[in-house]
Formats: sequence, structure tokens, C-alpha cells
Amino acid sequence: MSFVKSREAILLAAIVLLLGLIATRFPAFITPHNLASVYSDTTPLMILALGQMVVILTRCIDLSVAANLALTGMVCAMINVAAPDLPVGLTILIALTMGAALGAINGLLVWKLAIPPIVVTLGTMTIFRGVIFLLSDGQWINAHEMSANFTGFPRQVILGVTVMGWIGLAVALLMALLMARTALGRSFFAVGGNPHAAVYTGLNVGRAQFLAFVISGALAGLAGYLWIARYAVAYVDIAGGFELEVVAACVIGGISIAGGVGSVLGTVLGAMFLGIVKNALPVVDISPFWQLAISGAAILIAVTFNARSGRSKGRVILKSAEHAQ
Amino acid sequence: MRDAGRRVTAARSYPPQIKTGPIMGTGQGPVAAQGAVLALDRIIKTFPGVTALDQVQLELHAGEVTSLIGENGAGKSTVVKILTGIYQPDGGQILLDGQPVSFPTAQAASGAGVTAIHQETVLFEELTVAENIFIGHAPRTRFGLIDTAEMRRRAGQILSSIGAEIDPGVKLKDLGIASRHLVAIGRALSVEARVVIMDEPTAALSQKEIEELYELVETLKAQGKAILFISHKFDEIFRISDRYTVFRDGQFVGAGRIDEISESDLVKMMVGRSVDQIFPKREAQVGEEVLKVVGYSHPTEFEDINFTLRRGEILGFYGLVGAGRSEFMQSLIGITKPSKGAVKLEDHVTIIRSPAEAIEAGIVYVPEDRGKQGAILDLPIFQNVTLPSLGETSNRGFIRMAEEFALTRQYTERLDLRAASLDTTVGSLSGGNQQKVVIAKWLATRPKVIILDEPTKGIDIGSKAAVHEFMSELAAEGLSVIMVSSEIPEILGMSDRVIVMREGRIAAELEGEDLTPETLVRHAAGIGVKGEAA
Repeated sequence: MSFVKSREAILLAAIVLLLGLIATRFPAFITPHNLASVYSDTTPLMILALGQMVVILTRCIDLSVAANLALTGMVCAMINVAAPDLPVGLTILIALTMGAALGAINGLLVWKLAIPPIVVTLGTMTIFRGVIFLLSDGQWINAHEMSANFTGFPRQVILGVTVMGWIGLAVALLMALLMARTALGRSFFAVGGNPHAAVYTGLNVGRAQFLAFVISGALAGLAGYLWIARYAVAYVDIAGGFELEVVAACVIGGISIAGGVGSVLGTVLGAMFLGIVKNALPVVDISPFWQLAISGAAILIAVTFNARSGRSKGRVILKSAEHAQ
Repeated sequence: MRDAGRRVTAARSYPPQIKTGPIMGTGQGPVAAQGAVLALDRIIKTFPGVTALDQVQLELHAGEVTSLIGENGAGKSTVVKILTGIYQPDGGQILLDGQPVSFPTAQAASGAGVTAIHQETVLFEELTVAENIFIGHAPRTRFGLIDTAEMRRRAGQILSSIGAEIDPGVKLKDLGIASRHLVAIGRALSVEARVVIMDEPTAALSQKEIEELYELVETLKAQGKAILFISHKFDEIFRISDRYTVFRDGQFVGAGRIDEISESDLVKMMVGRSVDQIFPKREAQVGEEVLKVVGYSHPTEFEDINFTLRRGEILGFYGLVGAGRSEFMQSLIGITKPSKGAVKLEDHVTIIRSPAEAIEAGIVYVPEDRGKQGAILDLPIFQNVTLPSLGETSNRGFIRMAEEFALTRQYTERLDLRAASLDTTVGSLSGGNQQKVVIAKWLATRPKVIILDEPTKGIDIGSKAAVHEFMSELAAEGLSVIMVSSEIPEILGMSDRVIVMREGRIAAELEGEDLTPETLVRHAAGIGVKGEAA
């Protein structure tokens, strides 16, 4: 399939069109400086969506990502309060590890106990939020309690883009490499595309799903640190409801909710689309409530579009086989 | 009335070898006799590439049981689907009381009094017995609501008419298998049934339940219903039928009264066929032992399977549907775990615990349901082919696409796969080409043993020949092939040796002169070979 006809190209065209429309009302929006800051703002959504992408590819869903982000972020903030001189690199490592561990809980429940992913992650979502409350006693951790390098790191600007933005880019490139060039990445597509065939091919479906949750969790943990540091505040309800935005980014990006179809580029563009809508509506003086309606419409359009393109190629193999006996 | 079927007994003088077309009367007008409640007259049904039914005849008489007999693929299920309005015939007519009718929908068929008890009946666990029986046509009160009391009363009547003591108010999930079966029968009888179709009704029943079913059949006969009975079991065919009709390869072969034919003549009618089918079987050099299976058993599916497989050999596995062949193969490649048994590969004894281990050991399985179990339709051709061989196309953990394409090309060229590019998604290919992708995938792992489950099921004659040719080539190159097939010509034409399975056990191992259609069917159905089974 050539790029011009692909889902990604259409989405890219939609984004360009959207930017053009915004520019007619508010030309400053499309200055490089502003676009860079919109991109930076959208980075957490993009990172979470890339994790969610892997999970959805394997026919699962991870509703606990935002709660994982909040819990890991809170723990990072508390560690920072306790040990302000801890190097940021080590904090990021802790965030990744803890996020991965929380993701592994989801993955194990799905793999070993065969509980439906939506139930598992709905449960852990609530549990994670509860744990934050227990840890923090419901208290906020504010900017003045955090050390300067903890909050400053994601906001440093290199070549006009924040460190957070560069981290997002690095994650996207790593994920692209993982999905395109490793057996693990290939197995996510295979397991989601046809679990029965995957089993016959020697793949372990449950293990692939487990690893998808671990990846999703690790990225949620990373986003947790970035979020807390960027906004310099940690509390129980941080990023509340954000998981739905993450799923929306995936769906707009062309990840099939039925599994097995999707791309890193599509997911990145899906996240960017939502990020632009979210940042642009206030400046062009449209009520933020419209943002929800526009996001919702974008999801429906994307799903309709995916369903249509899926139908044309979803041929039944060996149709006559069922008649043979 | 009872003699009405006589006119369709032309096939009684049966020389199987000379058969070239339908034996039954062509061009003699409607064959359906007076007195038949329901008759099929020269019904044709085609599917893309396959003629499922070619001018078949069938008559069902009031108060009599007619058995429809034929191998897998003979067209029995297609006939049931035509009689129940699920398929529309492409030619010929359905006659009800001698009048042409059509059943455009399942409702039309049941409205005309034709009802079926299917192989796998769909019932609703969470609904009551009465609701299951009357689903879709429940009695209504004058406000249009379901009249539960009336429904239960009538369900109770129906159940007691078939001698079943089941409370219509209990939920289905609280019933055992046998009672559920009676509920399914009750549902079939809840419409004013004149014709009852029973498609392999005893397949899932114990001996005691089967006896009860026979009694029920007698009851239905006494009520004057015409019964179409489909079974593979000869003992029950002879026990309960009044008449038989034999199909073979979608064609009518013969019909008559059951007490006027012997078991062996019936077998001959089932399997006899023209000898013009040529199989490209090459005389392969059968070499040393490659695989030995010892005492493979499973709690429910199969028991004590022993055999050896040699290099360059094609070993056929024949049996009726449900004999446990596919279940055994799936266990052999580690999808399900055997309760007992081991395999010996070349020199070491082992147990295969997962498909990955089977691939590692050089045993690959091409499943029967290639759409569901074979290809990943959303992935491009090359990614499908290399999926089990990614270790080979990777360098330090990273897949090298150039090597993927090279490996894929090697096998797709050999299989003559036609696609615009190897980057095309498999879902956009034709069925035959999708199948080639699946076979290329397995050959790319360089297996020692390839298991092909029903390799030609549902594909047209031309493709069949290509598959057979290819199978022969593989064996000639020293690959060992296990071919699971329910088609007798294929089994006879391709196999060096055949293992016949029956009810989860090996019933016979046949080669050379012992390998005839009759011996296959006898061992598979368990006719006159009791005690002699291996």
C-alpha cells in the first residue's frame, strides 16, 4: 500500500487542514515556536498512546494507564521530597520500573487468570488511585516541595524543543524500531491479527499480551514522572479520565480496536490531532466543551473510516470449506 | 403408500466401477412418488468451484424413517440446509405433498412443518426449558405479551409426548446433556411438525440415551411423522430405518427399503466411484524411522495411539468426523497436553509441550481451518511466511527485511504464489493463494514432518491436483507427510500406509492389498470387525 493512500497520510492531511483552519482565525498558532510547545504539551498523551497501541494490537485494552501515571508520579514526587538530590536519570529509571511492575500486574491477571482485560484494568485503575490516597493521605505535593532539577529537567529546551518533547520522540523511534524490526513487535501484530493462527505458529498469546501490558505500564510510569515534573504538582486525581483520551488517540490513529492493525506513525498522528484540537480551541475562542464534541466526532469518523476500509479486504478465506461436508 | 419408494430403487443392481453419472432416472419427469410427504426432485446446489448437489433425489414418507447415507462431502448437510430453508437450491424442486414449494427462509420451512434437530443444537443456557422450546414463536396474551403459563403448559405437553419428564420451568443450564437433547427435540416438535430431520442425533449421547432416542423415534413414527435420519453408524441405520437413500460426491446413488439391502452392498454404494481420478503419487524411497509415537492418550479425545513414520512416507489418517484425528494431531504438536505417551524423534524420546517445541523438533501442522487457524490476514505475505522463522531472518535480535523477502521468495516461487507483491496483505489474496502462503510458512521452517489436516477440503478439482502433486514432491524430497483426510479417493491415492481411527483409538493400520474403500469404511464405522481392532 502506498503512503499516499494510507490511513496515516489521510490523518496527516486532516491535521494540516485543521492547522490551516486554525491559522485563518489565529495565525500565531502555526508559528514554529507555538507548534513546538503544542507538541511538548502533547508528549504525555503520545507516550501513553504508544503503550496503549501495543495493548490494543493484542486485542486487549489498558484503562489503568492514567492511574498508573498518577501513582508512579506520586511515588516519584515523594522520593524527590525524601531525597531531593537523587539524580534525575535514576528517578526516570524508578518511574519506568515501577510503571512496568504495575503493568505486569495487569498482564499477569490477563495471562494467568484469563480475566477480560477491560475488567482487570478497570479494577487496577481504581486500586491504583486508592493506593495514591493511602500513600499521600490525600495531601498534595506542591512545586515548592520538589527540587529544582526534578521539575526543571523536562522543561529544559534543546534546539527549540523541550526535553520532554525529545523524550517523546525517542520513545516513538524506539517503539517504531520495536514494532518493525523485532520478533516481539511482530508477535503483537500476529497475536492480535489471528490468535488461533498465532498459537499454531508457536507464539504464546498470553505472554505477548503480558508483555504488551508491561510496555504500556513502563511508558505510563515514564509519563508519570514527566507529568508531575512538568506541572510541578502531585495529587490523587491527577490525569483523571485521561485514559479515555489515550484510547481515543489510538482509535483516531487507526489502531483497530479488534486488534492486529495499527502503526506507530498513526498513533503519533492521532495523539497530535487531539493535542492540536485541545490547544487550539481556547485560542480561537471556542468553548472547551466543544473540544469534547470535536474529539468525539473525530473518534466516530475514524472508526467509521477504519470499519469501511477493513470491510473491503476482510475476505472470508476458503468460503467453500464450510459447505464441503 | 408403503410401496411408493420402490420406483426409486434402480441402483440395486450396483456395479460401482462403471458409474459415470447419476444412475437415477433422467428425463422421466418428476420422480417423486405419490405418498411422499416431502420430496426433493433433481435438486442442484453449487458453491464457487464446487457442485455440492448434482440433481439429487430424496423422498420422505409419513410414519417412516429414511436414512440418508454417504461419506463426508457427499452432500448430506447441504440437503438438510435446503430442506430447512437455509440454502436455496440452484435447480430442481422441493415437493410437499406432491406440490412444488419453496422455503426462502427458515421460518417458511418450519411453517410448512419441516423441522430439524441439528448436530450442534443451539440452546440458551439462561432461559427456561419452556422458553427454549418456544423461542421465536411463544404464545401471546391478548396484550401481546408472552403468555408464560400457556407456554409452560404446552411445553409440558410436548415433553410428555416424547416421554421426557422435565420441568418446563427450570433453566436449561441446570439440565444434563441428555435432557438438553430432549429439549432440543421438543423445540423441533413445538411447531406442527410433519417432517423431522435428525442430523447425527446420537453423536454426543451415551448408550442408554441412544436407546431412549430410538424409543422416541418410534413414538414419532407412530404419530405419522416423516423422519429423515442422518448417521454414520451402520448398526443404528439398520435398527431404526425403514428406507435408505445413498449419496456420493453430491450425487444420488440409490434408494430403497432397508430390509432389502445388505450392509456390504450399502458400503459399496457409499464408496464406489469411477476410477478416472489419477493421483500423482510417486514411488518414494521410504527411509529410516523419523518419528515414533508411543501410547499417546488424552482424557476424553483419544487413547493409546501408537505408530511410526518413516522418511519420505505419506501416512494417511482416515476416520469419521469426531474419530479424534485432528485432536490427536493438535496434541502431537503441543497445543493440548496428552495425559500419557511420548514421542521418539530420531534418537531421543521427548514430550512436545508447545507448538514452539514442535517447530523446533521439525514437526509442523497445517490446520484444517486455514482461515481461522492458518494465516494472519492483516499482515503482508512476507510477514506471514517468516513468522515461525524469525530467528533465521534476524541478526542480533533485529529482523532483516531483505532476508525476510529472500526466504519468502524462495518458497512462494516454488508454490507458484501469484500476488502483486510480497508486501500485499494476505487478506487481499484469493483462497487458494492464502493457502499457499500458509504452506510456504511451514516449509520455510524446513520441517522433517509435515501434518496436513484435510489439505484439499473445500477446494476445486484443479487446486486439489496441485496440492496432491506438491505433496508427492515433498515426500520424494525426503519429507515425511501425515495426511489427515476424510476423502477416500485421496487417502487411497496418496498414502503409502493408512491408519484408521475410530472413537479415539486406532482401529486398523492398512497398507498394500488391505487398503480398499470397503476396509476403510468398515474399520472407520466399526462394521463386523469387533474384537479385531488393533
